[in-house]
Amino acid sequence: MDNQIDYQSQIPFWRDERVLRIAAQVISAVVVIGALVWVTLNVLRAAEQRGLSLGFDFMNSTAGFPIGESDIPYDPSRSFAYAFTVGVLNTLKVSILGIFLATILGTLVGIARLSTNWLVRRIALAFIEIHRNIPLLVLLFLWYRGVFLKLPRVQDSIQWPGPIYINQRGLFMTWPRLNPNGIIFVIAAILSLILAIAAFIYLRRLRELTGRSTYFGLVSLAILIVLPVVGWFLAGGRPFTLEFPELSGFNFAGGVHMTPEFTALLVGLVTYTAAFIAEVVRAGIQAVSRGQLEAARAVGLSYSQILGLIIFPQAMRVIIPPLISQYLNLTKNSSLAFFIGYPELFFIGKTTINQAGRAVQVILLIMAVYLSLSLITSAILNFYNRRIQIVER
Amino acid sequence: MSRKLYFIFSVAIVLALVLAACGASPDTAPTNPPAASSGGGDEQPVQTVIVTVEVPVEGSGGGDGSALPGGYGELTQRVKDRGNLICGGRTDLAGFGYLDESGRNIGFDIDVCRAIAAAVLGDPEAIEVRALTADERGPALQTGEVDVLSRNVTWTSSRDAQWGNFTIVTFYDGQGFIVPVDSGIDSIEQLDGATICVTSGTTTELNLADAFRQRGLEFTPLTFADTASVYGAYEEGRCDAATSDKSQLAAVQSGFTDPSAHTILDITISKEPLTPAVPSGDDQWFDIVKVVVWGLINAEELGVTQANVEEMKNSEIIDIRRMLGTEGDWGQADLGLPPDAIAQAIAAVGNYGEIYDRYMGPEGDAFTLERGLNENWTNGGLIYAPPHK
Repeated sequence: MDNQIDYQSQIPFWRDERVLRIAAQVISAVVVIGALVWVTLNVLRAAEQRGLSLGFDFMNSTAGFPIGESDIPYDPSRSFAYAFTVGVLNTLKVSILGIFLATILGTLVGIARLSTNWLVRRIALAFIEIHRNIPLLVLLFLWYRGVFLKLPRVQDSIQWPGPIYINQRGLFMTWPRLNPNGIIFVIAAILSLILAIAAFIYLRRLRELTGRSTYFGLVSLAILIVLPVVGWFLAGGRPFTLEFPELSGFNFAGGVHMTPEFTALLVGLVTYTAAFIAEVVRAGIQAVSRGQLEAARAVGLSYSQILGLIIFPQAMRVIIPPLISQYLNLTKNSSLAFFIGYPELFFIGKTTINQAGRAVQVILLIMAVYLSLSLITSAILNFYNRRIQIVER
Repeated sequence: MSRKLYFIFSVAIVLALVLAACGASPDTAPTNPPAASSGGGDEQPVQTVIVTVEVPVEGSGGGDGSALPGGYGELTQRVKDRGNLICGGRTDLAGFGYLDESGRNIGFDIDVCRAIAAAVLGDPEAIEVRALTADERGPALQTGEVDVLSRNVTWTSSRDAQWGNFTIVTFYDGQGFIVPVDSGIDSIEQLDGATICVTSGTTTELNLADAFRQRGLEFTPLTFADTASVYGAYEEGRCDAATSDKSQLAAVQSGFTDPSAHTILDITISKEPLTPAVPSGDDQWFDIVKVVVWGLINAEELGVTQANVEEMKNSEIIDIRRMLGTEGDWGQADLGLPPDAIAQAIAAVGNYGEIYDRYMGPEGDAFTLERGLNENWTNGGLIYAPPHK
């Protein structure tokens, strides 16, 4: 025993585990902080040397450049900060829509990949392999230059019932526009939706607890119909007017318009990310042990019941973490829109760099926005992930 | 064992970073290469700045004007040490900056770089062309990544304030529109509501917005960072019109599948003085680039050409002999140039008129464009240079 203690005390410090542990921490801290300080000093020094200003005041001066697509009213007399906001909103629009659609498509393809039908399985495999193995930028160019710009000219638009017009300037759809009093109806509709969901959850819990039939489906359906109807009459008749796209001058006016740049980006991002999500979903499903599936079959559940009640709740635990990184990828990849002319964050940032001559500040802003978007996305999904984890006792 | 390795790795990483930091200094502070080699590289630039601030004070006080601002001559020295000229240019615009069959950089803007290289280094081939997109050129100049930016850049007050120093206008241009002939458009008012293709990060983009706002007209812009995408989208019919400097439109039109199906409108909405620029900080380098370009312009005025430059060295006209370095002085010694620097530049690329005609003259390699404002002043144009005296 004594020998052992002596042996311990004789260990030289560079082999002492406690010293090493602290040393490792200190060294990594010094390296990281040192690198940061060095980069910062270098930027400051270079800026001073070349007489560049590093303030953010320029964000309030007039932008001057036009932006093709904006969901908030924009004109070139607005400030750089406002133009930047337009870019952030455009990024958000394509990312949120993209994440939503990619999740649906990815899940479907992932399930199809495991289908017992040979053809369906092979089609899903081909879809995944094509999209996973071609760079996204190439896919975007293919969609934009190869598909959307090759559509007919405005004068020879394809007309679908609706009417929907499709041409190389985009997709023009009939769209309901809100009347002045229409807002009452919209509020009623949203209220009814919230109430219906609340009633659905509460009444179903009640049935689970008491075993009595509570007609939760019927009750919530009734709420969903009655409230909007009341809102309709309160609004004094039709809350919406249908706006039809019409050819006037160079382009269609009225209705809703999806540009080929936006559509190409959305389609490209959705298909590309869906291929990865499909693999994530497949892995998640296959991670559920086969016994579960067999047991579910044995008690006579249908295939959709097996998927919905047995497989997915368990698969989700495997799916969510890699899914987060796919969502983040989609958001970050949207910056490739730079090359196909969709004015998102990075595009407008680059234009701002040029027109305002402030590279360092704008790049910092761009990084800060992408970082915040990514952190918010992971925070939301991590919260969800904790909710669905097995509660360990 | 593994712990020991970890420790060694950590030390190795720290060492690597320290070395990288020392090694990177000359690159990250390109305007100050001697400072880095002297060891105290971190403090040197700070001193430089102080000196720059002090100089005007001394000057206004009537003191000795011998103190040169920091940075004077440093860019020149950098070019000479490196032995080649890094020229911010382009490879995608016929006439101004493009490639010949063998992949050699040619064009009006590139020849300006060759002239500078010939004058400073004695070799017109000692250039390295960095192809830059419209929105990369400002930062490339600000950071001193290029020695000279000769990439049909419009000279504006804010660019002069932010980017660097603009030398002398080499091409007077104006912004116009190109439309398909069958659209029947011939005025800017008829473009109301049109979709217009434009390159992002250009003065063109700003002019377009101003011109339409001024006239109360509506338009939808479609912007791309690279020129090829802009005209690709226009040719596909995605835009009703495309806008840029007229010289660029002429260049692009010559490359369309059917050039006769497009027409450049007879409207000019802006002044676009295209000017080579240099990074801020080195007045000597700024002067050198100016003087070389003046040489090209004066050579045309005085009738000195690529072919006759050698015999012109013994011309009877004193102005010519002085400019070509046979007699007298035009300030070459102060700029650190050989007396025949201008002669070398002319021997390499010819005079202004020859460069113009090579690419855009009646027999031009790229296309034909009336000289118009770009005639020498003796022929009623705006191309005018101070004398070499």
